[in-house]
Amino acid sequence: MGSGTSTQHHFAFQNAEKAFKAAVLIQRWYRRYMARLEMRRHCTWSIFQSIEYAGQQDQVKLHNFFSYLVDHFTPNNHNERDFLNRMFTEERSPQDSEMESCRDYESIEVPDSYTGPRLSFPLLPDHATALVEAFRVKQRLHARYVLNLLYEARKHLVQLPNINRVSTCYSEEITVCGDLHGQLDDLIFIFYKNGLPSPERAYVFNGDFVDRGKDSVEILMVLFAFMLVYPKEFHLNRGNHEDHMVNLRYGFTKEVMHKYKTHGKKILKLLQDVFCWLPLATLVDEKVLILHGGVSDMTDLEFLAKLDRHKIVSTMRCKTRKEDKKQAEEKGKANQTSSAGTPSPWFLPQSHSLPTLPLCPSTQKAHRAGRSSSVPCRVPLDPKELSHWVRHSVDLELERCRQQAGFPELKEKEEPLPLASEADPEAEGRREPTQEEWSQVVDILWSDPMAQEGCKANTIRGGGCYFGPNVTERLLQKYNLQFLIRSHECKPEGYEFCHSRKVLTIFSASNYYEVGSNRGAYVKLGPALTPHIVQFQANKATHTLTMRQRISRVGESALRALREKLFAHSSDLLVEFKKHDKDKTGLITLSDWAAAVESVLHLGLPWRMLRPQLVSSLTDNKLEYKSWLKNLAKEQFSHENIQSSLLEALYRNRSNLETIFRIIDSDHSGFISLDEFRQTWKLFSSHMNIDVTDDCICDLARSIDFNKDGHIDINEFLEAFRLVEQSCSKGYASDCQATNTNNSDCSSPDIH
Amino acid sequence: MADDRDREGAEIAVAEFHKKIKEAFEVFDHESNNTVDVREIGTIIRSLGCCPSEGELHDLIAEVEEEEPTGYIRFEKFLPVMTEVLLERRYRPIPEDTLHRAFEVLDPAKRGFLSKEELIKYMTEEGEPFSQEEMEEMLSAAIDPESNSIHYKDYITMMVIDEN
Repeated sequence: MGSGTSTQHHFAFQNAEKAFKAAVLIQRWYRRYMARLEMRRHCTWSIFQSIEYAGQQDQVKLHNFFSYLVDHFTPNNHNERDFLNRMFTEERSPQDSEMESCRDYESIEVPDSYTGPRLSFPLLPDHATALVEAFRVKQRLHARYVLNLLYEARKHLVQLPNINRVSTCYSEEITVCGDLHGQLDDLIFIFYKNGLPSPERAYVFNGDFVDRGKDSVEILMVLFAFMLVYPKEFHLNRGNHEDHMVNLRYGFTKEVMHKYKTHGKKILKLLQDVFCWLPLATLVDEKVLILHGGVSDMTDLEFLAKLDRHKIVSTMRCKTRKEDKKQAEEKGKANQTSSAGTPSPWFLPQSHSLPTLPLCPSTQKAHRAGRSSSVPCRVPLDPKELSHWVRHSVDLELERCRQQAGFPELKEKEEPLPLASEADPEAEGRREPTQEEWSQVVDILWSDPMAQEGCKANTIRGGGCYFGPNVTERLLQKYNLQFLIRSHECKPEGYEFCHSRKVLTIFSASNYYEVGSNRGAYVKLGPALTPHIVQFQANKATHTLTMRQRISRVGESALRALREKLFAHSSDLLVEFKKHDKDKTGLITLSDWAAAVESVLHLGLPWRMLRPQLVSSLTDNKLEYKSWLKNLAKEQFSHENIQSSLLEALYRNRSNLETIFRIIDSDHSGFISLDEFRQTWKLFSSHMNIDVTDDCICDLARSIDFNKDGHIDINEFLEAFRLVEQSCSKGYASDCQATNTNNSDCSSPDIH
Repeated sequence: MADDRDREGAEIAVAEFHKKIKEAFEVFDHESNNTVDVREIGTIIRSLGCCPSEGELHDLIAEVEEEEPTGYIRFEKFLPVMTEVLLERRYRPIPEDTLHRAFEVLDPAKRGFLSKEELIKYMTEEGEPFSQEEMEEMLSAAIDPESNSIHYKDYITMMVIDEN
């Protein structure tokens, strides 16, 4: 250091120093910017995941409620029984005699004008390839061929064992793919990049082929076609979404009915059966176990190999052999002392006479202490929720149901489902799984790995368990396995190793949450079964976006979903905010805001990190909560004439509502009668503890266009919400505000 | 009296900092065991509003690392150090106009832009070590494809809007 001898030297040196400092400054700032992006990316992921899992939990709770009703509700008249029957007609697993009746696809005529692919059986490889090509150019397979293919697929699946044993000595390579969730583009991309299935190129698809994406039907057709063409090399495992109850909520049922208006119902019926016949797992060279979810500390592969997998119609309903009315009662009384084995509906009061607080927490502790896994009946941890249940106990609810007059007559009579109390126990025994069978299957379809040792209930999903590295290690040793491949969880890179590389998660639906959210991946097992991962992202657009653009796009989508959720809980939020505002100033600190929001939504999100994107204007570093809530409402909806608390309730529960509607609509017509709608709403609103009067329901009915005589078009009803959501998210706040402007004030003539 | 109020105010501020730090930390605590990979510490610190240079960051990491570095940073060590940083308002971010002047130092002719080659040269030859990946990402966002140059005033504005 020190100045040079000439001024030139001195200046040069100074300039160099300045340049250095300037560069450092720019780098510092740039790195900080990138760090914020990175943080945002992680937060976005948390948002999507927590909302997705909360939805799954909801689903489970809903079905537990119906389970309980079926087991404990003694219908007073055949109308009531019919009403319940209709709710649960789906639950039946069709007998073989009924399967024969499905052969009447042969009577379905394919018109000459049909230009789609035509199938003939036995299928040839060219047919399967042609099918892929046809779907790639957006053709649709005629219902007759769909049914035919499903029928043949079923015939094949019935012969397969629960745990499919595969050897790599015949085919040179084996590729394992994870969840596809109706994203046909990803499947086509995999076949394009990795090659079509062949005797030399074996494939295993690890479940969750359907739901959420828009081409679930086409994916199933392709997968079943290749399975029939290459039975020794092409293998499918069942996922938790290969389940007609889950499909009601997550879009597959809707897709089928939309694409196949005439024969959709038949297709769904056959599918219900086909799903139950899917193998539960695949074992490669006796060394690599492939299954959809995971394992538990109770997982017994020999037991799993022997059970009748066909009896597990749905992992949602635990209708087991032992649960007839008397035993359910006894179970209720013994609830307090019950240990791990028996599941109890989480809202079941200890005694049938008087439900009292606190009942469930102690039961839950007994559950956790002895337990390992698998019961999708969760006890609510929130004392507030619990007290709601005590107030509106199921006993009261049943009383109300009984008092309600005029359950609608069934128009088409389906063969009624025998309720537990009336069933011939022998016959039931043949058709229903035991508790042990059911929980073993739920474990492998629903569980997730965790970093900590041990095994605990998977409360976030509501089913299966979290299993630790020691559980994996024990299982691998017990059965002399090398490692485990599973799917079930979306990963940003499409795959993830854990448990010292003994567990591989593989997920093949790219851009699952949103364009740019994640890559998809598949794994090839080479010699000595070493895994080789290939990643992809089936959307050209994402490649041209910078990281910043990709993150902000996905981020916006996540935030929209989050704002929607916040709006849906406006009333509860207001109550919480007021608690933090004892002096009634109308303002709360940001710290209070974060605490309040978490206590209402229970999403476990980093609210302080997200705050800048959710709360824009502050007064004195504090939040005016009332106007913030009002802005949330404005963004979400512009139907001024509907009472906003009802709207909120509907909005929050529209997923549940839709599921219930579709259950009621047993003929999948898309219509339910106004009366059924009211009954449904009453039942539903007491289950969800919503306080809404009859008049409100009528007003709602009037303001939304129910145009058929006394019938409600479910899709129309739900579409109303979707349309508004879409229009609000596009133009955003400005659009919504424009539609709220008082016409008399505006100078410009045409707003909408 | 005023002292008490001040102390209370400081306590509340510290409590709030603790919550913020905990939140940011937990985002990267993938195993839920109160540790994060040391490579994520920079991201965490920067997303809490600080703008340290790499050198300053390394010093900070040395403070929170274990005696024998494990590659993981524990929350118990991180929290007090980070709280101090926030209380002392260390590593404050650079105001927009300082940043602008920094670009102008590299653009003495005051053309209003830097060519792609110039930016690459300055970022990789001057300042602290700047990786290839970082260079590519910076270019992809900053460069105006038609002129193949970086109009730094626009670049700064575009990035700053994203900050809250």
